[in-house]
Amino acid sequence: MTSQTKPILHSYFRSSCSWRVRIAFALKGIDYDQVPVNLIKDGGLQHTEQYKAVNPMQQVPALQIDGLTLSQSLAMIEYIDETRPGPRLLPDDPKERAQVRMISDLIASGIQPLQNLYVIQKCGTDKVQWAQHFISRGFEGLEQILKQTAGKYCVGDEISMADICLVPQVYNAERFKVDMEKYPTIKMINQTLVEVEAFRASHPSCQPDTPDDLRA
Amino acid sequence: FPILHSYFRSSCSWRVRIAFALKGIDYDQVPVNLIKDGGLQHTEQYKAVNPMQQVPALQIDGLTLSQSLAMIEYIDETRPGPRLLPDDPKERAQVRMISDLIASGIQPLQNLYVIQKCGTDKVQWAQHFISRGFEGLEQILKQTAGKYCVGDEISMADICLVPQVYNAERFKVDMEKYPTIKMINQTLVEVEAFRASHPSCQPDTPDDLRA
Repeated sequence: MTSQTKPILHSYFRSSCSWRVRIAFALKGIDYDQVPVNLIKDGGLQHTEQYKAVNPMQQVPALQIDGLTLSQSLAMIEYIDETRPGPRLLPDDPKERAQVRMISDLIASGIQPLQNLYVIQKCGTDKVQWAQHFISRGFEGLEQILKQTAGKYCVGDEISMADICLVPQVYNAERFKVDMEKYPTIKMINQTLVEVEAFRASHPSCQPDTPDDLRA
Repeated sequence: FPILHSYFRSSCSWRVRIAFALKGIDYDQVPVNLIKDGGLQHTEQYKAVNPMQQVPALQIDGLTLSQSLAMIEYIDETRPGPRLLPDDPKERAQVRMISDLIASGIQPLQNLYVIQKCGTDKVQWAQHFISRGFEGLEQILKQTAGKYCVGDEISMADICLVPQVYNAERFKVDMEKYPTIKMINQTLVEVEAFRASHPSCQPDTPDDLRA
């Protein structure tokens, strides 16, 4: 069920949610167009009327695919997995699939929204401390869960949506100087994943909108 | 029987109660009081069930799950009864998009732990994030809704909507600004599965809040 038109991903180089979808496309070997949305310039271009028409939540990413406009990275990833061939991003087994979704949601609902740009701008306290607190709290829980579910990757030995969520969140953790030594399982899985081509090609350091001073 | 660790007023717990009710599945509820003694979700005993120290948690088929949407999709995939996600992949994506808008984009920003931490006016903080989310959701629902959030069948999106509107009302968000959300909610709250699972009539509902 593919379309002749290339999917269009509205993305910001350093947005962890955008990076998730870039990884998914790369894992599946799918060509797509990227439209950068600068979240900082002029108060943030995600707030323009033009962008609001694409995503009324005024956030990245947004995806135009098969005549559909989607927001929410995990909804995009599951849609891509269900409609495109290539390596499965969610396992066949329902129990493993539930574990993949649990880990993905722990990150995508339980950690990232609490340290995203908009919220930390709003919180008024020490921004780094706020972000560190919520990332650490989430990683404490995630470390325990991964001890049960992980093989080579988050769930068993196949790369899944859980891994797609993990790497960008560890990147954020490192930006906020969270001590990763406290989370050895997370650290180990992340180290394996960052060497995988799909994760490298989609990395914030080498996107069309990466600023020169941050380019790899 | 599946065992659901739940709090009567937790919107995330309510979502799973709705899903079980829609499917007609019997389950046991183990109440977790989020307020008493600093919150029983922080005990070592509960941490062993859910290391994130949050409700709900679900023990089902030998599996222990956290995260309400992961639970709901698992229940839908393994139990018969009305589908909680549509067959069509595009509609299914829209259901997930709306569910995630609520479950990632609104609820975590106004849940108990975060508003305790934020230090500012708690009601104002919650109102801000609910209103911001509802402004976006209202626009999306204008495109996707029929009788319910996506077309004319009840889905996981509706399961997420009703508890979030309940929270909005608790924080005195003006629902007149969101007519599509309001209308869909009014239809859903009359559905038996949403009534039976309502916070006002759970095993751990305090007497003064009982319907």
